[in-house]
Amino acid sequence: MTLKEIALKNLIRRKSKAAFILAGLVIGVTTMVAVISLVEAMTSDINQKLEKYGANILVVPKTENLPLTYGGISLGGVSFEMEEIRQEDLTRVGSIKNAANVAALGPIVLGVIQLNSHRALLAGVDFKASRILKPWWQVKGTLPGEDGVLLGGEAAQVMKVNVGDSVEIKDHKFIVSGVLQSTGSQDDQMVFTRLSTAQSLLDKQGRVSMAEVAALCTACPINEMVRQISDVLPGAKVMAIQQVVKGRMETLAHFRKFSFGVSAIVLLIGSLVVLVTMMGSVRERTGEIGIFRAIGFRKSHVMRIVFIEAGIVSGLAGLLGYLGGIGAAKIAIRFFSESQTVSVPLNFKLAGSAFVLALIVGLASSVYPALMAARLDPNEALRAL
Amino acid sequence: MTYIVAENLVKQYQNGHVPVTAISDINFEIEAGEFIAIMGESGAGKSTLLSIMGAMNAPTSGSLRVDDIDIYRLKQDQRADFRREFLGFVFQSFHLIPYLTVEENVMLPLTTAKKSGREKQAMAEKALTSVGLLGKGHRLPSQISGGEKERVAIARAIVNHPRVLLADEPTGNLDSKTTREIMELLQRLNSEDMTIIMVTHSHECAGYTQRILKVYDGRLVESS
Repeated sequence: MTLKEIALKNLIRRKSKAAFILAGLVIGVTTMVAVISLVEAMTSDINQKLEKYGANILVVPKTENLPLTYGGISLGGVSFEMEEIRQEDLTRVGSIKNAANVAALGPIVLGVIQLNSHRALLAGVDFKASRILKPWWQVKGTLPGEDGVLLGGEAAQVMKVNVGDSVEIKDHKFIVSGVLQSTGSQDDQMVFTRLSTAQSLLDKQGRVSMAEVAALCTACPINEMVRQISDVLPGAKVMAIQQVVKGRMETLAHFRKFSFGVSAIVLLIGSLVVLVTMMGSVRERTGEIGIFRAIGFRKSHVMRIVFIEAGIVSGLAGLLGYLGGIGAAKIAIRFFSESQTVSVPLNFKLAGSAFVLALIVGLASSVYPALMAARLDPNEALRAL
Repeated sequence: MTYIVAENLVKQYQNGHVPVTAISDINFEIEAGEFIAIMGESGAGKSTLLSIMGAMNAPTSGSLRVDDIDIYRLKQDQRADFRREFLGFVFQSFHLIPYLTVEENVMLPLTTAKKSGREKQAMAEKALTSVGLLGKGHRLPSQISGGEKERVAIARAIVNHPRVLLADEPTGNLDSKTTREIMELLQRLNSEDMTIIMVTHSHECAGYTQRILKVYDGRLVESS
């Protein structure tokens, strides 16, 4: 016979009380786990989507002038006619502390060209990097080779050219290898070719007008990366494209705070359920505790029985609460997120935390009942029988 | 050899603001191995005296020494240890734990002892054998008779070989045949050098003892 066996047998005997305590804690832990899982799943989903947004850092030459364009309408001044970035300088981006977070770096050279009878904006790009930087591009045809161009959908329409047609730029013949499907961006009106080809056509060898950087967003410190890139490229202006991201993340942070507050209240109610039920249980067992004390149990032995009981129920509540929380989160995510890809994965760290949290709450709520039991005068307790 | 010495024991309770004297100026000595009956009318203070001797109820004044230990100078935990190591209790209404089996009830005083489960079980079986209940250890208290419950209570009281057995009306709820069996059992335990102090109303039970302490209105009026 051990104190553990006494505690366990008492729990088995008083199943309804144990179940009541269990339910109180399970509800609290379930709520907490569900909320955390939900927020984590949604954060992860947003992060994954952000990665698909492509470039999230822009590197442009520093200028003293403010751009005089708004909504695509130029009101004077030509923003790209400024001191350009040296292409070789961009290699320094690979040496920053968070270089591992850089998924792609895409230098772009820009210039105005005459294509057939139309003036257009030519962009020389690294098409390999553009697969990561512009994942939304859908090309009818193929990406261009050395003597090829890719036309924006609107540009192709205006110039009345199709895939396979031949166009002339600065006395050079190029084949239209592909046409972009409409993106809704300025890309629709542009002509793209390889970076080296564009540099040669525009007489800008070794120079780039700007660069786009795709940083892996899951937990990557964008602002920190902006600072690091600025340090290695002092002549460039580095900007994070994060307004939309920030807005969504802030909304999520508010939701997280609110949900944690609600969970804390539910958990507090759970702990009160444990407290009240344990106090009732101790009162019911006054005589039994009197017998324990009369036959030589110390106060600490009586307290240990109460704590073991609370520990067993709380630990079980932690495990059940975790499973319940994950289940609830899987159901709730359908209502909170429109995305079909979002999932609630099993998280062993969260499972461990739920277990420990339930134990802490259960044991903390049992301190007063345990003290109450230990303080029972054995003589008075036996009289109650 | 004098084993238990009570000197000027007084116990007062507060009934609201009114102090009520339960026992007053009680002095006695008990030799090791004696079988004593404490008798008196209801409310005379017998059970209060027994609880004081059981290290569970501190007297308002006076002292109680057992084996030269002044019990009420001990700290609470030390008194609990003293109860576990020196005393065995047999309560009036058995006071068995209903959700533990007979054997587990008997093993209760050994719960906190530093002994293996096997040792504890062997001690419990020995105690059950000595009260004639071997083979009924797996039953629950609700599955045995009143006389058997009393035997279980005695087995629990003697399982750790205490020097003193305190019994509060041990036959109060039993028929005359079972009463005789229990008293013979107590007599046998006494013959094995166990000091037994028993509170009883019954002259028949008192007849089994060596000496009777009579309590009247909280005072010891006779020791014979």
